[in-house]
Amino acid sequence: MRAYTEKIREAAKRLLSEDRVDVVIGFRKGTVALMNEPFLVKSLDQVDRLYWDGNCGINLANYLPKRPDRVAIVAKGCDSRNIVVHLLENQIKREQLYILGAPCHGMIDRRRILAALDGKEPLQVEEANGTIKLIGRDFEETLERSSCLQDNCAICIHRNPVVYDELLGDLVAEQENVDRYSDVRRVEAMSSEQRWQYFDDLIAPCIRCYACRNACPLCYCPTCFVDESRPQWVGKSIDRTDTRTFHFLRAYHVAGRCTDCGACERACPVGIKVRRFTKKLEKDIKELYGYEVGLSTDERPPLDTYRPGDPEPFFK
Amino acid sequence: MSETYVSKEKLPGIVEQLMGTHRVFGPILKGQYHQFALLEESADLDLAFRNTRLSPKALFHPHSERMFEFTLEKGNPDAGILKEVPKDYRSRIVLGIRPCDAYAFKLDDRNFITDQFKDPWWVQRRESTTLVGLACNDPCSTCFCTSAGSGPFDTSSLDVLLVDLGEGYLLQAVTHKGEQLMGDLAGGESVPEHCTEQAAALKQSAEAQLGIQFNLDPVKQKSMVELFDAPFWEDVQFSCINCGTCTFLCPTCWCFDIQDEVYQSRGERIRIWDSCMFPLFTLHGAGHNPRDQKLKRVRQRFMHKLKYYPDKYADGIACVGCGRCVQHCPVNIDIRQVARLMAESCVCPV
Repeated sequence: MRAYTEKIREAAKRLLSEDRVDVVIGFRKGTVALMNEPFLVKSLDQVDRLYWDGNCGINLANYLPKRPDRVAIVAKGCDSRNIVVHLLENQIKREQLYILGAPCHGMIDRRRILAALDGKEPLQVEEANGTIKLIGRDFEETLERSSCLQDNCAICIHRNPVVYDELLGDLVAEQENVDRYSDVRRVEAMSSEQRWQYFDDLIAPCIRCYACRNACPLCYCPTCFVDESRPQWVGKSIDRTDTRTFHFLRAYHVAGRCTDCGACERACPVGIKVRRFTKKLEKDIKELYGYEVGLSTDERPPLDTYRPGDPEPFFK
Repeated sequence: MSETYVSKEKLPGIVEQLMGTHRVFGPILKGQYHQFALLEESADLDLAFRNTRLSPKALFHPHSERMFEFTLEKGNPDAGILKEVPKDYRSRIVLGIRPCDAYAFKLDDRNFITDQFKDPWWVQRRESTTLVGLACNDPCSTCFCTSAGSGPFDTSSLDVLLVDLGEGYLLQAVTHKGEQLMGDLAGGESVPEHCTEQAAALKQSAEAQLGIQFNLDPVKQKSMVELFDAPFWEDVQFSCINCGTCTFLCPTCWCFDIQDEVYQSRGERIRIWDSCMFPLFTLHGAGHNPRDQKLKRVRQRFMHKLKYYPDKYADGIACVGCGRCVQHCPVNIDIRQVARLMAESCVCPV
């Protein structure tokens, strides 16, 4: 995917010099291995710092809401679906955007690699031919790229951008026969006591830093319910009730809107599998309404519309 | 100060001895990462760790702490009177703390122990704790303690320093407290020949590996207003998502909020970690927020650590170079780059 770097720079140069856009949102090369930094390009002299490889997992759609200017943005499949959600929710206008579609091969899970290296620290990373070569001070290791993907990327069925103005490369073959919900079914099969315990254990390490929420493109509320202070709805401590309230309510708030981009899990500093909440809701929305979010700007999300025939089996 | 040597197979015995007289906290692998916790068994201690994901500051300044409790019961003569929640101040040892993390406590003391105010919980926990540090033979690429006034073998805030020499540990007493702890230990051996030299060589190579990654001298000379208004904050802040990862993982971020939580007629006054990254942190009761934009919050964090604090106390920066924020920032904002920007207005390594 490194090949996109030149394409992105070329497009940024063209769009800025032709005054098609005011800014370009992409990535610049990170300061540590397996990380890149979201980057806002405002002028031509910054263009050559734009960069792309398999460590661009952060969802750039997060930087769009309420921008007043004309923006070119690099978008993977998931980013593009979140752009669609933003368009539906009036967070930005289509005519403000120039979308550089990045057909994606899945993003690399840095933590998975670091865990596999068991304390050894990669300083240099080379991606080529479906492998990832990790070079440290006194070691060199090559891993299969497919075994290093973020969990959400491994089961992604929308790797190609769904909306774009130009493509940075050929469309990729979408993954087929993917079982997206095996983990959800495991939880569904539990008794309610087991399930309670499962989720309690899942969020036990939470430090309430809100990295999951803040990395999420959907969480753009001017004041999040956990930050309301007059009145305060939720306690601030790591008391289980409060931590639960945060995670449960956040998950419900993104129901039917979450594209499973994985930004929450990627951001969590203590490694909580935040998607265990949102996946169940994604599955329910699909089963109840046959709706997959972010694929079309013509259809509103089922939970912000009402139709007389809507299924209501969850009303009890 | 005295030195002793403990071979690795004898370490569990030594740890058990310590557990007999103290509560011993050390790095334990819990789930995906190491964290400091009370040792239940000596075997839980894992000194083969790089560093803990969260800093050990929670041992002195917990994320959520009950300070007082009270009743609001009608007719109860104690109604509305705050009563201190009892805490455990039995003597304890923090074993295997990294020198940078220990040095952080010294910086935190500036906040919790002043001439005017002394935080009783912080003070008593500090007093009841002996810090047995573990020197860093092999620092991470994200470490920069040597650029932040500390070092991989920094003993300035330790009572005892442990150096891993491969087959065993060299124990060096640093303070009287440490000397006493070592004096009480049975099972230490006299230091084999060349061990002290070996430790010195390890120190030198670790320091050389770290190098000096930025020089903040120019920041001292620059005016605060000039830095405050510098154009580069615009670039630094763009990627920030304003989560609390950097501040919560940081060993020197001490800020907290205090709240009363009441259920029916009983209540507690609790102290909770807070973060300058959160808009609520500075929201006034009247509704005004002096740091109402992300840029202002991002700038605050770096200015506090690298400009306001050094200007106020003339004793170095409010960062120890542990690198946790560099490693775990979800969007890769790197304080070393920001330090270079503040010093030289460019990100070139020195």
